[in-house]
Amino acid sequence: MAIDPSRVPRFAHGSRVPGWDEAADLTKDPAVVPDPATTPVPEHVRTQIEAEMASYPDIRSAAIPALHIVQREHGWCSPTAIEQAACVMRLTPAYLTAVATFYDMFSTVPKGRHDIYVCTNISCSLRGADGLYEAMLSAAGDDPDFNVRAFECLGACDIAPMASVNGEYVGPLDEADCALLVDELKTGKEPLPAKQLKKRPIAKDYWK
Amino acid sequence: MTSTLLFEDIDHPGLATREGYERRGGYEMLRKALDMTPEEVLEQILASEVRGRGGAGFAMGKKMSFIPKGTMDKYLVCNADESEPGTFKDRELMQKNPHLLIEGIIIGAYAIGASRSFIYIRGEYSHQADVLDAALAEARDAGYLGERILGSDHTIDLVVHRGAGAYICGEETALLDSLEGKRGNPRLKPPFPAVQGLYRGPTLINNVETLMNVPLILRMGGAEFARIGTETSTGTKVVSVSGNVQRPGNYEIELGIPSRELIYGLAGGPPEGRSIKAWFPGGSSAPVLPGTDEYLDLPYDFDSLAKAGSMLGSGAIIVIDDSIPIVDVALKTAKFYRHESCGKCTPCREGTNWTVKMLERVQTGEATPMDLDIMASVQEQIMGNCLCVLGDAMAMPIGSMIKHFRAEFEAHIEAARERHGLGTAIPQVNRDDHAGPYPMLEPA
Repeated sequence: MAIDPSRVPRFAHGSRVPGWDEAADLTKDPAVVPDPATTPVPEHVRTQIEAEMASYPDIRSAAIPALHIVQREHGWCSPTAIEQAACVMRLTPAYLTAVATFYDMFSTVPKGRHDIYVCTNISCSLRGADGLYEAMLSAAGDDPDFNVRAFECLGACDIAPMASVNGEYVGPLDEADCALLVDELKTGKEPLPAKQLKKRPIAKDYWK
Repeated sequence: MTSTLLFEDIDHPGLATREGYERRGGYEMLRKALDMTPEEVLEQILASEVRGRGGAGFAMGKKMSFIPKGTMDKYLVCNADESEPGTFKDRELMQKNPHLLIEGIIIGAYAIGASRSFIYIRGEYSHQADVLDAALAEARDAGYLGERILGSDHTIDLVVHRGAGAYICGEETALLDSLEGKRGNPRLKPPFPAVQGLYRGPTLINNVETLMNVPLILRMGGAEFARIGTETSTGTKVVSVSGNVQRPGNYEIELGIPSRELIYGLAGGPPEGRSIKAWFPGGSSAPVLPGTDEYLDLPYDFDSLAKAGSMLGSGAIIVIDDSIPIVDVALKTAKFYRHESCGKCTPCREGTNWTVKMLERVQTGEATPMDLDIMASVQEQIMGNCLCVLGDAMAMPIGSMIKHFRAEFEAHIEAARERHGLGTAIPQVNRDDHAGPYPMLEPA
């Protein structure tokens, strides 16, 4: 899956299509809409996806919500996960794979349970986000439970440098916070309660 | 002068609940709007001259008046995919005052005759999406949403749609594709969304902050609202100040105050002993301005910044102090747009990629001053040649950095060559638009 830049330097920046360099197996027929009779879908997953489909005039609008649901269920957008969503939505797996590969929050390769997105965009990097990202990587080590990623602007430059930990925004972080954060996640505690963004008042009152 | 409309009582713990919001006069404007005709509501918005807060600064009333009359299915989409680097105002507004947004959307939908509306919120804002969902449930229970709202014969439904991490989905047509369940690629315009948008119906797309202004406009009256701010930039604006300042955060200002007051007065200016090298006045897509008095004294409004060669954009100021090499900022900016380019149009897909490669050459010292000219010409050729403005959004800041800080780029190249023992770059003579790269390595 990994792209070898020395072989095709044009793709050194990473195509948005993982597997672009893998030959298609032409002896196989293209995957069709999965058959409900032979595709087991957990009941609660089916209910959630159907509820999403019902909120839009066109059921295809539920593609992103459905992928969120199966990714939560399976940990990543595995072929099985995509097949289940495709089965409920009556779409081909190829359609949903095309959608899943476009968006940064969907992973078509296995990933760790805990998502730590470290913002490394302009505002955060002006305040030392690149060092923070390195520190976060080394704090998580090679623990497969952690999915540490450098992310584009997460929309919280007021607490730069910051990170989104399983969807919870925390900041401003320093390098010492990284080890603490990883420990808290390992023991199932809330991430850095004192640094959570949702508890912060507006700037005028915060800096008073 | 700072004045408070959107940030009034914003941190009151009860504001996010329906009771707390109603105690402050919430949803009264919805009742008032339902007593008016849709045309009267539109008139008030036209009179307020409120301009879009999402980036383009297009007059909201004008955009609404483009929506055709008639009984076809029309849609209102609230753009809450706030992904512009440096911008974080909608996050704070949605999280702390979700009902104001909901009320604004219902009134907007009533004015254009839309029966379905959507909030497209970026997937990373999961807490804010949960807050909105909870507020929606409360509004639905109270009869503000659903069939026959408040006993009138209007049906308005609202759905919170979570995205999944793509900057391009903040572009209105890409947002519509994404909302229809596709990859977020922009569409060819025209037809504009007002004519043919979501599910091919007429669609009004507005930013969170713009829609939140709607109930306030009705409360004050459009003409009264137009008196705040300057003649062509009316109302208040929530400005996100970040980067090398002492007090980063969201500040609500009256449009037209001096930029210096915003950066120094409210946000505390650069850290002790530092000075401002450059600043982005409107998010990372806006051309940068140097931190000189001439630019810092500009009034912060749509037209003054446009006249100075930049733009107000989404209202996000990123301050860069003199300790930061401008080349690093340029590379960071270009890499962001390279990552987020959807790949549909060639000038953007290739232009962002080659700009990053050239900036990397600048950083390592392989570049010559001529590369700066090539880079500037690449930026020129991206501008206006794509379906959407993502390419332009990289071309504008990079082009302006080369324009204002060319000497620093050149000094950076020389210093890097010195470090790597490459000798000085060959001075460029007879530069020709069509010439290839000049032989650049002169053995030390």
